[in-house]
Amino acid sequence: MLRGIDLACVRGERPLFRGVDLAVDAGEWLHVRGANGAGKTSLLRLLAGLSVPAAGEVRWNGEPIAAAGAAYRRDMLFLGHQGALKDELSALENIELAGALDGAPPAPADVIAALRRFGLQGREDLPVRVLSAGQKRRVLLARLLTRKAKLWVLDEPFNALDAKAVDMLSALIAGHVGEGGMAVVTSHQAVPVAGGKAVDL
Amino acid sequence: MLAVVHRDLLLAIRRKTEVLTALLFFIIVASLFPLGIGPEPALLRKIAPGVLWVAALLATMLGLQRMFAADHADGTLEQMLLSPTPLALLVAGKNLAHWLVCGLPLVLLAPLLGLQFDLDAQALGVLTLGLLLGTPVLSLIGSIGAALTLGVRGGGVLLSLLVLPLYIPTLIFGAGAVQAHAAGQGAGGHLSLLGALLVLSVFFSPFATTAALRIALE
Amino acid sequence: MSNGIVHWLKFASPASFYPLAGRMIPWFTALAVLFGVAGLWVSFFVAPTDATQGEGYRIIFVHVPASWMSMFIYLVMATWAGIGLALNTRLSAMMAQALAPTGALMAFLSLWTGAFWGKPMWGTWWVWDARLTSELVLFFLYLGFIALQAAIDDPRRADKAGAILALVGVVNVPIIYFSVKWWNTLHQGASVSLTRAPSMAQTMLWGMLLMALCFWMYAVVMALKRVRAIILEREAHTEWAQQFAQVPA
Repeated sequence: MLRGIDLACVRGERPLFRGVDLAVDAGEWLHVRGANGAGKTSLLRLLAGLSVPAAGEVRWNGEPIAAAGAAYRRDMLFLGHQGALKDELSALENIELAGALDGAPPAPADVIAALRRFGLQGREDLPVRVLSAGQKRRVLLARLLTRKAKLWVLDEPFNALDAKAVDMLSALIAGHVGEGGMAVVTSHQAVPVAGGKAVDL
Repeated sequence: MLAVVHRDLLLAIRRKTEVLTALLFFIIVASLFPLGIGPEPALLRKIAPGVLWVAALLATMLGLQRMFAADHADGTLEQMLLSPTPLALLVAGKNLAHWLVCGLPLVLLAPLLGLQFDLDAQALGVLTLGLLLGTPVLSLIGSIGAALTLGVRGGGVLLSLLVLPLYIPTLIFGAGAVQAHAAGQGAGGHLSLLGALLVLSVFFSPFATTAALRIALE
Repeated sequence: MSNGIVHWLKFASPASFYPLAGRMIPWFTALAVLFGVAGLWVSFFVAPTDATQGEGYRIIFVHVPASWMSMFIYLVMATWAGIGLALNTRLSAMMAQALAPTGALMAFLSLWTGAFWGKPMWGTWWVWDARLTSELVLFFLYLGFIALQAAIDDPRRADKAGAILALVGVVNVPIIYFSVKWWNTLHQGASVSLTRAPSMAQTMLWGMLLMALCFWMYAVVMALKRVRAIILEREAHTEWAQQFAQVPA
């Protein structure tokens, strides 16, 4: 499971937050809340291992994530603000190549099925450039399905999603957590998934 | 690692204009020198190695910023840092892709441009071989600079300031090889030194680049 | 023994180093003046007139020490930057940042005095000999370091990026020097070289050593002064630094 112990974060030379403790066990999800600029994204980046905390540490299954290294990164999927999609590649190519980069290329059939599930049939081969913002976010939902990971760290995943897609994502998170997965989510709105803990910054 | 190369090559194919711009720059710069200096063949033969190498340096530098900037802007660089695949390997892949797209065309084009300077066939061979060994070094060392200046104000010019001093040994040995050949001394020494530089950069620069990337994305 | 280490480590914090640096400055200034006076006296009055170059050669008493210092400071700067990167200490990185402008100044002085030496001796303002050319490249490396740190807004990122650049530079400096030397020996057109200095009389060596010590002390003073300014600037938001605020509350 994921543990954050006495985390502190500094931006520039100014402290953003300190003394943040959190724990996420299998089958749980965490909602990180706070005003704009409170440091939600910074906290998520600490949990993902992109930055090093000014104080405290993040542990995965008892081991500090710096030591866990590739094993942690294999179990974790991070989706940040930016889409992490290449505009000139198609949705299919994006997901396949991203998977290959992670050392686990998904079967094309699985990717197509995932894209279909999120309402993108007929658009799998178009360059992502021509998709709408909402459709681009749906491609990322498909990536959540095809890239097997125990822990999902999602930064504002509900941005730019219409009501239907919000439902799809909530169902996805609920399903993931129900099967014993974990998730850490930031969102300004309430997240319509049952059984979440909360951390306020 | 091959996935990275595959992805970058696909992107390069679909964004042809960027690739071609650097190539055209190489051709134009190399052609400017005779216009500035005079058409006398003996003089041109003498300055050819230096001119072509400097033009190759500058053309490579034009393409350096692109190495990580696009990935940084759309979030795929972040994903690369979070991938279970070692970052050094992914960086090596990016460097290879960059060389295939920016460096190799220069190598292939150089003999043609060398003809403009009235270099003989053997000199052209030495020049091309030198560029073949040297342009990967330029991509590798340049990637350190590109990673350090990622997202920084004044990136392009700053990148040049950082990277050009580090390019000097490659320039000296590469151009020197052709000059040594012209002087009848044989280019072997210079080319071996270029090879040594290549081996050193292949082993050490990905680590510097990964360190710089991690710092840039903190 | 462990008491001693703990005692010294206390100064790794910018807040405690600040007053220590302040106390050190007058001592090093005095040393700099002392060595400077001694060095200049030896350079002008004790060292003999050179047989071939007359009085003009005396500029090497500035040129050579400046070159030595420019290279030495780069090494020290890279060491501090490396320590800052490895141990994640801020003060080490601040020291590196403080040293860079003085190092660049030394390199520039070396180039300038090299030109002034060359003109009366060989008639040209610039000579592409191996040492001067390497000095020029070193100057560019300094400028790159300073420019990179100036361009990055986040101070911690600037520290670490600068450290990587300095370390890459340190590794490359021998390679660059070797390649420039190679290049120079191949193109032995003008066989003038600033490295072929007049045969060293004992007194000349003493003059250069004294001037080198003077420059060294000067570099220490400037680095300490600059690091104090950097400390204040970067720690401006902490309590202990507020007491130095010039603007009345």
